[in-house]
Amino acid sequence: MTAVTLTVNGTERSLEVEPRTLLVHALRDDLGLTGTNVGCDSSSCGACTVLVDGQSAKSCTMFAVQADGADITTIEGVADADGTLHPMQQAFHEHHALQCGYCTPGMVMAAISLVDEYPGLDEGGVRHGLEGNLCRCTGYQNIVDAVLAAAGSGGD
Amino acid sequence: MIPAAFDYEVAESVDHAISLLGEHGDDAKLLAGGHSLIPMMRYRLATPSVLVDVGRLDDLRYIRTGNGTVSIGALTRHSELEHSAALAEACPMLASVAALVGDPAVRHRGTLGGTIAHADPASDLPAAVLALGGTIVAQGPGGSREIAATDFFTGYFESVLADDEMITEVRVPAGSGGWNYQKFNRRAQDWAIVGVAVAGGGAGVSLVNMGSTPVRASGVEAAVAGGASAAEAAAVAADGLDPPDDLNADAEYRSHLARVLTERALNAAGVA
Repeated sequence: MTAVTLTVNGTERSLEVEPRTLLVHALRDDLGLTGTNVGCDSSSCGACTVLVDGQSAKSCTMFAVQADGADITTIEGVADADGTLHPMQQAFHEHHALQCGYCTPGMVMAAISLVDEYPGLDEGGVRHGLEGNLCRCTGYQNIVDAVLAAAGSGGD
Repeated sequence: MIPAAFDYEVAESVDHAISLLGEHGDDAKLLAGGHSLIPMMRYRLATPSVLVDVGRLDDLRYIRTGNGTVSIGALTRHSELEHSAALAEACPMLASVAALVGDPAVRHRGTLGGTIAHADPASDLPAAVLALGGTIVAQGPGGSREIAATDFFTGYFESVLADDEMITEVRVPAGSGGWNYQKFNRRAQDWAIVGVAVAGGGAGVSLVNMGSTPVRASGVEAAVAGGASAAEAAAVAADGLDPPDDLNADAEYRSHLARVLTERALNAAGVA
């Protein structure tokens, strides 16, 4: 077992993991943060997207040991402590940008990173930028609307 | 899917990484961004007993320009290539091709040295470096050596790198010349079914997923050098190649794509 210290949603967490433990499993199984979902398990769908040092990463394609010392943000960490939604969450809510909701945590995290990385996104940029996040309900239209709205309102 | 168990070592320096590789032999693998290796480990197509993590060697994350050369540290991430103003100026082709790899989350983790060492013939950046006439710098226990990209790739996921060698730097000539990159795929974020990289106004032409390695289209280059039109040069793009048959395309279709995409890329690179 290897000792790992992560800052998760602003709180330092120390845990012992096998080197082969994927970050998503450390988050879900060791830290109880089950908002991050496992979808395809093959780096394709983006359901497990979290922020690693502020940038989107697929937590199923990273070992927890690689994240030692890193700053991790999951969907549980984006709203304010008083429950006020992050502007991206609020935009998803207002635009009904979810159907079953399974892809939503990863979609929100990827969108937060996307808006931060690419200022001035247009619709094509949002669609291209979210191509690593799959919605099996095919609810893309409202997701794109939500991200564009959040980008326009400084939603990063 | 859970990878097989392995021992994990963190490299503190390039020398340390090489000494760990020497100690553990061919059971050890270097881990950089992990975006090719970790999926293979989860499918248990790769079961290394030791991973040597070089991902913390931040002194290998740089883009330097000067004396007509762009030198890029092996641990430089695709997103850093994509957003580098210096690279956009000195080698716009490499910056643009980096922006086409995978999706943003993949580009935040994947590294230039990693994708070249992985030697997947379907990857974008190895073909771009090949067309640009790049050089791979590798370090081993006996020191450093420079390998021309044309000599680097030897087969599917195979290269001339020894088990105890590590890529430290990738060099390309400054100025891409007339350049273009064509990536043909059917699903967003997928690998190219066929891709074509053109640099230097047709002086360097390479093909993606048209064989067991990224491959220089030397017949096309010779035709362009001899004054052929883009259409004439592109007509020989698939000559002598043995492209794969798979679920995406059979060899005949890939050959057709190579000719069509080569003509488009040559036109876009300024070859009439």
